[in-house]
Amino acid sequence: MNNEMHLKFSARSENESFARVSVAAFVAQMDPTMDELTEIKTVVSEAVTNAIIHGYGENGDGMVYIDCYLHDGAVEIDIRDEGVGMENVEQARQPLYTSKPELERSGMGFTIMENFMDEVEVSSAPGHGTTVKMKKFFKKSETLCN
Amino acid sequence: MSFSVEFDKKQNVLLVRMSGELDHHSSEQLKTKWKEQLHNQDIKHVVINLEMLSFMDSSGLGVILGRYKEVKQIGGEMVVCSISPAVQRLFELAGMFKIIRLEENEKYALMSLGVAS
Repeated sequence: MNNEMHLKFSARSENESFARVSVAAFVAQMDPTMDELTEIKTVVSEAVTNAIIHGYGENGDGMVYIDCYLHDGAVEIDIRDEGVGMENVEQARQPLYTSKPELERSGMGFTIMENFMDEVEVSSAPGHGTTVKMKKFFKKSETLCN
Repeated sequence: MSFSVEFDKKQNVLLVRMSGELDHHSSEQLKTKWKEQLHNQDIKHVVINLEMLSFMDSSGLGVILGRYKEVKQIGGEMVVCSISPAVQRLFELAGMFKIIRLEENEKYALMSLGVAS
């Protein structure tokens, strides 16, 4: 089965909950476990928050894009912004690293994404925005395939 | 589900009961209210009750860590109770239990800080 969903919304913090609930509702057709659904909601929240705070500097302008694909018992979620981007992706992925310590960020966003998803790929360049591609295989579908 | 927070004071312990979903958006209002409570009252310790909290991401961890630093400065302790398995996993991932003690429920948390119910 191939199925896809696309979202585009303003980079405002009010939309963080809308984003994670929408992705969870779309993914529900895969009959995920409650744990899997919570993990997906959490990683969407992390990546969308990064786009709003770091990509667009919380100025309320700009759009966040989510592309979601279901195929072969897995979900791929791509979360993209057209904000400032970053030079050093490896540094941003380090646990506890934050570029904005004054905002009381925990620096755990990417660590959570890496722990809750099977694959996480980040591409970014200064002035060209950031894209986070994440993939997760559903446990139940794995058993069905065997 | 939207977020809400309720504060209560038992002797020198501030009780923080959170409900709903704690993300970057709701963490902003939580931070303001929580700081106000800590600064305006005679408080030493904090108990965070997460029984009604259905969701948390790293923004929530950030706000809790920020208040932990303040509580530590005044020589107090931070205790969390009634945590859901999902939020507990997030806490474990971030190493939060190295600095914040976990108790089963509000009663035990208060007792551990010397507050009789």
